[in-house]
Amino acid sequence: MALATRTGRHPSTLTTLWRSTVGKKAAMAVSGLVMLLYLIFHMLGNLKVFFGPGDLNGYAAWLRTLGQPLLHHGWFLWIARAALLAAVVVHGVAAFQLSRRDLAARPQKYAHRPRRTSYATRTMRWGGVILGLFIVWHILDLTTLTVNPRAEEGHPYQNIVASFSTWYGGGIYILAMLALGLHVRHGFWSAAQTLGVNNPRRDRVLKATANLLASVLTAGFLAVPVAVLTGVVR
Amino acid sequence: MNPYLDHTVGAPVTDTAVPAGPIEQRWDRRRFEAALVNPANRRGHTVIVVGTGLAGGAAGATLAEQGYRVVQFCFQDSPRRAHSIAAQGGINAAKNYRNDGDSVRRLFYDTVKGGDFRARESNVHRLAQVSVEIIDQCVAQGVPFAREYGGLLDTRSFGGVQVSRTFYARGQTGQQLLLGAYQALSRQIAAGRVEMHARTEMLDLIVVDGRARGIVARDLVTGRITTHLADAVVLATGGYGNVFHLSTNAKNSNATAIWRAHRRGALFANPCFTQIHPTCIPRSGDHQAKLTLMSESLRNDGRIWVPRAQGDTRLPADIPEAERDYYLERIYPSFGNLVPRDIASRAAKNVCDEGRGVGPGGQGVYLDFADAIARLGRAEIEAKYGNLFEMYQRITAEDPYRTPMRIYPAIHYTMGGLWVDYDLQTTVPGLFAIGEANFSDHGANRLGASALMQGLADGYFVLPPTLNDYLARHRPAPVPEDHPAVEAAVAEVTDQLHLILAVDGDRTPESFHRELGALLWDECGMARNDAGLRRALARIPQLREEFWRRIKVPGTGEELNQALEKANRIVDYLELAELMCLDALHRTESCGGHFREESRTDTGEAARRDEEFGYAAAWEFTGTGNAPVLHREQLHFEHVHPTQRSYA
Amino acid sequence: MNLTLRIWRQAGPDAPGSLTTYQVADISPDMSFLEMLDTLNEELILRGEAPVAFDHDCREGICGACGMVINGRAHGPERTTTCQLHMRHFADGDTIDVEPWRAGAFPVVRDLVVDRSALDRIIGSGGYITAPTGSAPEAHAAPVPKDAADLAFEHAECIGCGACVAACPNGSAMLFTAAKVVHLSLLPQGAPERGRRARSMVAAMDDEGFGGCTNTGECATACPKGIPLTGIAALNREFLRGGR
Repeated sequence: MALATRTGRHPSTLTTLWRSTVGKKAAMAVSGLVMLLYLIFHMLGNLKVFFGPGDLNGYAAWLRTLGQPLLHHGWFLWIARAALLAAVVVHGVAAFQLSRRDLAARPQKYAHRPRRTSYATRTMRWGGVILGLFIVWHILDLTTLTVNPRAEEGHPYQNIVASFSTWYGGGIYILAMLALGLHVRHGFWSAAQTLGVNNPRRDRVLKATANLLASVLTAGFLAVPVAVLTGVVR
Repeated sequence: MNPYLDHTVGAPVTDTAVPAGPIEQRWDRRRFEAALVNPANRRGHTVIVVGTGLAGGAAGATLAEQGYRVVQFCFQDSPRRAHSIAAQGGINAAKNYRNDGDSVRRLFYDTVKGGDFRARESNVHRLAQVSVEIIDQCVAQGVPFAREYGGLLDTRSFGGVQVSRTFYARGQTGQQLLLGAYQALSRQIAAGRVEMHARTEMLDLIVVDGRARGIVARDLVTGRITTHLADAVVLATGGYGNVFHLSTNAKNSNATAIWRAHRRGALFANPCFTQIHPTCIPRSGDHQAKLTLMSESLRNDGRIWVPRAQGDTRLPADIPEAERDYYLERIYPSFGNLVPRDIASRAAKNVCDEGRGVGPGGQGVYLDFADAIARLGRAEIEAKYGNLFEMYQRITAEDPYRTPMRIYPAIHYTMGGLWVDYDLQTTVPGLFAIGEANFSDHGANRLGASALMQGLADGYFVLPPTLNDYLARHRPAPVPEDHPAVEAAVAEVTDQLHLILAVDGDRTPESFHRELGALLWDECGMARNDAGLRRALARIPQLREEFWRRIKVPGTGEELNQALEKANRIVDYLELAELMCLDALHRTESCGGHFREESRTDTGEAARRDEEFGYAAAWEFTGTGNAPVLHREQLHFEHVHPTQRSYA
Repeated sequence: MNLTLRIWRQAGPDAPGSLTTYQVADISPDMSFLEMLDTLNEELILRGEAPVAFDHDCREGICGACGMVINGRAHGPERTTTCQLHMRHFADGDTIDVEPWRAGAFPVVRDLVVDRSALDRIIGSGGYITAPTGSAPEAHAAPVPKDAADLAFEHAECIGCGACVAACPNGSAMLFTAAKVVHLSLLPQGAPERGRRARSMVAAMDDEGFGGCTNTGECATACPKGIPLTGIAALNREFLRGGR
């Protein structure tokens, strides 16, 4: 007479995870953390702009030779791009599916609804969309150089300065980085919560870490366009 | 002259289910002699369980685990909300983990004595025996009882007994035990072994050829009247304290299931045995919907007093020490503020009747923690009672750390209920009553932390084997849905609902309930006397007549109609109240929760009269307003010899 | 005090609903919110109108039956159940909006009454310890450290009122589910079923149409029993480490 009702089906663990809201959130958390890790290195690389064109351009070239001779020229970059693309896709698809589900789970709004959660928490969805659009712009601007005003292959320093010197180039970047700060501020703590790392003792530390990460990343990324727009970097 | 008062005395009722022999072996013997149903055949038996509190939840889960097909009902939206959930203090068990001299025998003794010698010894002894298994069962279910640092279970003393045998989960023991039973029941519901009908209220019992074979119920959402047939019916529908309108019971707890079973032939025992809890928050006005209990543990550190002078309206802080009357300490110097519930309650009523009560309407006494705070410090009081103080402050907006609490007694529990034998079977074969719905284990007064024990004992351990025996011995033939008894019951239920809706008068259901409750509280409450009970017995039929002339319920019966539900319950209260008063009138002794002013000792305390009243009074229904028939069950005390309680 | 109430009235699950305005007079500040509604209902009955339907039972904050969104907040401005909210927290002349719990998984039954049976089905999917009556070992056979027992109790305090779902912008039942999973996972008795329990309960929660958690924390803010938000992290942990 044992309970045999729910022990019969055995979908694979990954399928179980992806099908459930909790598993999907975990996928978002992991992909988000991958992107966050990348952003830290990206920001550090960006700061080389303050040491002049030689440093930054040399760093960019080095990224292409990284991993040699094990990897062919440029392969590391492509591997990193593939991983990032995967992370973006997983993050975006999961976010899209979960959002649809969440909106359906609350079909009717309250007539009277005071706001209580933080701005960062409330803007995760639209912030995410803004960041997604920004990534497209950012790649067209500084990777493929399609929309870059200077578009000089192999000279990222000059391309950056050219882009940020325009009002829209600098403006879009600054807005996106502010959105990024907000996204990371809630996202990092949220990821810890989703992955089950949080507990009552760690809660404050994790929240403080999230704030620190968000501030450092935002400040680090903003330093470049601000420096360009103020003429510190030219 | 009121014809209702001319009750006749019928044949005595006896418990034929209890085996002979030494009291310690009776339960073993009963279980051994019980017939069994082959596990493979249990699926073919349907058992209806009404109610999902501690008793009903435990019974439903256990019967389903054993293989029976269980069909279960509750009027709440979820089985988890039954009123057992509100029990605060704890659950007794004779585990003797403290090595303080506790034993099954002592728990048995304390319970019989606490019940003021009006309970059946065999039942109480079994309760004490089973108590130890309950704790094991609940721990296995994951009930988070309070624990010591060593990881073992903590216990505390409770309700004036001298051993520490009460297991608890902060102030929410009932909640945790109920959730344990609810989770066990939920497992069976998910497995398809219990067919759960929430938001469905039992409105009648179906009796076919003298046996209980099903119920008529109303789906509270659609108003649909449905019939459910089975091989046995178990009522676990709780007590009838809400007949008083203001009580600590949940608003929707009601007496309809047991009352309608009574109308169908089940004897109703000791209806006048009601328990009044001394420490409740007083009512704040006529709008009051119910009363809130404050744990009895507060009396361990609080001092109870009223002003010496009548009509003293000064703030408590302005009343000097010399002008305060710490009346419990004065009248009962050895027990002081810790006298049993019934004594503390009556003393509070007396001082308020003298015009010395405090607060709105003079219906309250002070429970003062100033001394305890001075002696122990605020921090310690906060650690002990913080949640209670917070609850008090939330309700009254007064800070009990600064100003004394105001408390007043309130109806809390009903010891009376459907008469059952040792098998928990009523006088209608196939109808069982468990938990507070029956009358069996607490006599005339229940000890603290014993209600949870009894509910779970009945549901988990006592009912399943006795029901097994019934089903094995009486293989019931199927009842067709269109059996005349079924159709008659449905017609009665439907007609009554239509009648209520048809009156279209000018009084709300609540107004009748309020009036009846106030009448009962005045005349059949903490202290009763001949004249008062006769007044109530004269008034109740008038009220009943007025109800059928003036009740107003908008809407229809074919929808969620809470006013109709309420009115329908009041119909039963208006009959039950009459029986309570008659029972109180006929029992001219005082015992336990039943205090007859005519029967007191020289010191004014309750005086029992064992020679005349050493019986349980089981009443037979003979029609609305007709004099009922009294059947006495003589009680025998072979192990605990009746003595007069003294707390002076 | 005199108040203007705007109460959601809806005759049945499929009927259209709307906010209807009522005036109530002479409300005592000592009344509970539900007693104030009782007063209104008494007047409505005498006028021959259908009284406002709402769930309620114990009226002392433990059964979990009552619950309505008052001025946009589940259970109103105080951190307690609706039955323990008193009118002294409102001012004379206030307009108060009263709406039912809103969530896809909680269809409206009538007026302020919603169907929360989905929560029962989540418990039925695994929110228990399989311990048939009579099979229990002696209670002291497995000691439980006091800290674990206390923490288990804090999560076991959930009254199943559904305020967490009502407050959540995603209509998620994560806090409810977490409370039970954490309670049982902290006890040695609950250990054998740990992995299966979390997976089954989350699956049941998803099947019932509750939304996912976006860690807004609205649930824990609304919870009258103070179930901590970190409980959801613990549920996630249980789920991710869960067996097959």
